[in-house]
Amino acid sequence: MLYLLEQCLNGIQLGMLLFLLAAGLTLIFGIMDLVNLAHGSLYMLGAYFAASFAALTDSFLAGIGLGLLATLLAGMVLEVIAIRPLYGRDHLDHVLGTFGLLLFFNELVRLIWGPAGLTLSLPPEMLSAVQVLPGVYYPLYRLVIILATLAVALLLYVLVMRTRIGMLIRAGASNREMAGALGVNIKLLYTLVFGLGAALAGFAGMMQAPLSFVQIGMGENILILAFVVIIIGGIGSIRGAFVAAMLVGIIDTIGRAFLPDLMRNFVSYSAGSSAGPALSSMLIYTLMAAVLVFRPEGLFPAAQR
Amino acid sequence: MSVRLTPRNALVAGVIAILALVPVYAEASGNAFIISLFTRIVILAIAAVSLNLIMGFGGMVSFGHAAYLGIGGYAVGILAKEGVNSGFLQWPLAVAASALFAVTVGALSLRTRGVYFIMITLAFAQMVYYVAIGLDRYGGDDGMTIYKRSQFGAVIDLSNKTALYYLCLALLLAAIYLVWRLVHSRFGMVIQGARSNERRMRAIGFPTYRYKLLCFVFAGMLCGLAGALLANHTDFISPAMMHWTRSGDLIVMAVLGGMGTVFGPVIGALALLVLEEALSGITQYSQIILGPLFLLVVLFARGGIDGLLVGGRHG
Amino acid sequence: MADALLKIEGVSKRFGGVIASDAISLAVPKGELHAVIGPNGAGKTTLIAQLAGEIAPDAGRIRFDGRDVTALPVDRRSQLGLGRSFQITSLFLDFTALDNVALAVQAHAGHSFRFWRDARREPELREPARAALARVGLAGRSDVIVSKLSHGEHRQLEIAMALATSPRMLLLDEPMAGMGPDESARMVKTLRELKGELTILLIEHDMEAVFALADRITVLVYGRIIASGPPEAIRANAEVREAYLGEQEAAHG
Repeated sequence: MLYLLEQCLNGIQLGMLLFLLAAGLTLIFGIMDLVNLAHGSLYMLGAYFAASFAALTDSFLAGIGLGLLATLLAGMVLEVIAIRPLYGRDHLDHVLGTFGLLLFFNELVRLIWGPAGLTLSLPPEMLSAVQVLPGVYYPLYRLVIILATLAVALLLYVLVMRTRIGMLIRAGASNREMAGALGVNIKLLYTLVFGLGAALAGFAGMMQAPLSFVQIGMGENILILAFVVIIIGGIGSIRGAFVAAMLVGIIDTIGRAFLPDLMRNFVSYSAGSSAGPALSSMLIYTLMAAVLVFRPEGLFPAAQR
Repeated sequence: MSVRLTPRNALVAGVIAILALVPVYAEASGNAFIISLFTRIVILAIAAVSLNLIMGFGGMVSFGHAAYLGIGGYAVGILAKEGVNSGFLQWPLAVAASALFAVTVGALSLRTRGVYFIMITLAFAQMVYYVAIGLDRYGGDDGMTIYKRSQFGAVIDLSNKTALYYLCLALLLAAIYLVWRLVHSRFGMVIQGARSNERRMRAIGFPTYRYKLLCFVFAGMLCGLAGALLANHTDFISPAMMHWTRSGDLIVMAVLGGMGTVFGPVIGALALLVLEEALSGITQYSQIILGPLFLLVVLFARGGIDGLLVGGRHG
Repeated sequence: MADALLKIEGVSKRFGGVIASDAISLAVPKGELHAVIGPNGAGKTTLIAQLAGEIAPDAGRIRFDGRDVTALPVDRRSQLGLGRSFQITSLFLDFTALDNVALAVQAHAGHSFRFWRDARREPELREPARAALARVGLAGRSDVIVSKLSHGEHRQLEIAMALATSPRMLLLDEPMAGMGPDESARMVKTLRELKGELTILLIEHDMEAVFALADRITVLVYGRIIASGPPEAIRANAEVREAYLGEQEAAHG
C-alpha cells in the first residue's frame, strides 16, 4: 500500500516533468504551428548547462538559475537562426528540419562535453526524506520537483491568461495576420515564446538530472512521451497537457512498478521481467491510439484557429 | 517508353552502373570493405524506396518505418536461433510478419493525418523497439548474433559476400521496377491523388482509406524484406535496428535523393552513406555537418538531388 | 413531390451559437436547374457540404432518388450519382488537366486495385476525360499542369471533373466565382447545355446567370428559406428584394 502511494507520487512527479516539456511543445505548436523535434535537445541542453554551472559555482541553485538563463538564450538564438525559416511550411518540413537539428545538438554536446556525460548532485539539504503522511516518507527532492513545477504551471497560467504579453500570445495564436496588422511585433513574440518553451524544457531536464543522468540523447525518449501527452491532451491546450501529463506519468510509473509482478504471476519469472517494461510502455501508446480513434482532437482540444 | 538522355536519366544509369561494378572494383583493388559498405547501401536503398512509396507518392510520412527492418531482421534471427535456417521459410515469414504489423498500425494510424500520423507511427515503432528490448531470449538490449545465414540450398550461398551483394542489388532493381509500375497504375493514381488532394478524391468517389492502407502494407512488406537482408548482411540483430532515429535516417535518404521519383531514394541512400563514410574519416563529429546540411536541404533544395537536376519542382 | 430526385427534409445545423441551416426543406425534381441564392453568410456552402456528405446535419434527412443518404460518406454519395464542384478550387495541382479529369473517370470505372498497367495509357479512362474537357471548352489545354492554368480555366475544370463522374445530379458551388464577363458567358452556355441532361443545384451570386438559367430559385437568409419559386416570383418578392436583391443592385448601381 505504501509502495503504491510512493509510486503514485513518483507518477505525479514524472507527470510534472512531462507537463513542462509538453507545455512548451504545445505552446509552440499552438502559436507558431511548428512541430519541434529538437525540443528534447533543449531538455538535454538545460541539464548540461545546469550541471556545468553547478560544478563551476559549486552551488546547485546557481547551477539551476544560470542554466535556465543559458537555455532561454540558446532557445532564442536557435529560433532566430534556424527556426524562423521553417514557419509557414508544412509539418513534414518542420519534422525534417528539426530532426537535422536534433542530430546536430547530440553531436555538439558530444564535442563540447565529451561522450561520458555529467552528473548534477543535489546539495546535502535536499537529500533527506519528508513525512508526507504519518509513517510515510518521501524524498524531499521529488516533492520539490512537484511543487516547483506546480508553481511554474501557475505562473504560466497567470502569464498567458492575465498579462498583456499573454494576451498578445493568445491573439497571435488565434489570428496571426490580424495581430501583426495591429502592430504586435510577431517576430519578437515568436522568439520569446520559443525561448519560453526552451526554458521550460531545460528546466525539466535539469530537474530530472539529479535523479538519473545527464547524457547525450537523454531527450529523445522523453520527447516521444511528451508528444504522446500533447496528442492525448489536445494540441495547443495547456490544460490538456497538464491532465494528460498526469495521466501518462501515473499510468507509466504504476505500470512499470506493478506489471512485471503481475506478469510474473501468470508467466515465468524471466518472461515477466522482460515483458513487464515492454507492456507498460505499450500501455501509454495504447492509450494514445485509443484517443486518436475515439477523440482525435484530444481530451481538451484548444479552440480551432 | 522512349528514353531520352536527360541529366536525371544519366544519373540513374550512372548509379546503376557503379552499383553493378562494385564487386569488380573490389576484386581488382583488393578492397573487400567496399562490398560490405555497398551491400549496406543497397539494402537501405530498398528500405528507402519502400518508405518513399508511402511518403513521396502517398504523402504518408511514417516516422516508424525502421520497425519493418527490425521485424524482418528479427524474423530471420529468431527462426535461425530456433533452428529454422531455410531462407525459403524465413524470408516469406519476415514479409508476412511485416504485412501483419503494417495492416494493424495502418488501420489505426490512417485515421489520422499530418503531424498526428507522424507521431502515431513513431509511437508504434517505439512499441516494437521496447518489445525487442524485452526479448531476453533473443539478446534483449544487446542484440543477438546470427551464426548461420539464410540457407537457399544450391540456389545461392549467402555467406559469399559477392553473391549476397548481387542478390541485394537484383532485389533493389526488381523493387524499383515494381514500385515504378505500381505508381503509374490505377492504384498508384489513387495514392498520388490522395496525396495531392484527399478531399477531392473522396468527392469524386474514391474510398481512399482502403487504398492507402494497402499501399502502407506493400511498403511494410518491402521494408521487411530489406530487414531480412540486413540481418544476413550484419549477422546480427538488435533493437537498435528499429530505433526511431533509424526511421529518421530513411526519411533523410528519401528527401535527400528526391521524394518525387522512384529512384530518388537510391541516390539519397548512396549520397548519405558515402557522405557519412567520408566525413567519419575527417572528423568523429560528422553529424555537426550533416545535421545542419539536412536542414539546408529541407529549406532550399526540397526536391533533393533529383529536384536540383530537373530544376527544383517536386512531383 | 414523388418525382423529386433530391429531397431535403428539415435539415438543420448549428456551429456553437450560429445557426447555419434552419430546418431547410426543399425538393428538386429530375431535370430541374434549381438555384440557391442569398447574401454572404446565409449558409449556402454549409448546405452543399451537408448535401455532399462532408458535414453531418444536426437534424433532418437528405434523400437522393428515394434513398436516405444522410449517413452516407462523401465517396458513397458520389458513387450514387451525386456530383459536386467546389467554391474554392480544389484540384490536383501538380497534375495535368487531363490527369485530373481521368481520375474522376477512374473513380467510376470499377475498382482501382490494378497494379500493373499504366493508367495514363488506358483509353477507357483517357477518352471520356477528353470528352469532358471538350465539353467545357478546355480541349486544347488538356496537357497543361493545372497550377499553370488561369482561374477561369480552373473553374471550368471543376465542372469537367464533376461531369466525368457520370453524375445524375450536380451540386455546383459558385462555379462562376471570380470570372470575368466573357468567361461567365461561356460558363452559362455550358450550364445551359447541361440542363435537361442533368439535375442541377446551383449556388451563385451572379444574378444574370441565375435568372438566365434557373427553373426555380430558393432564397436563403441566415440559414432559413425565405422564398422559393419560379424566377419571376422571386424577382417580384418584396422580402427578397429587401434582403438580397437590393444589396446586389446597390453594389452594381
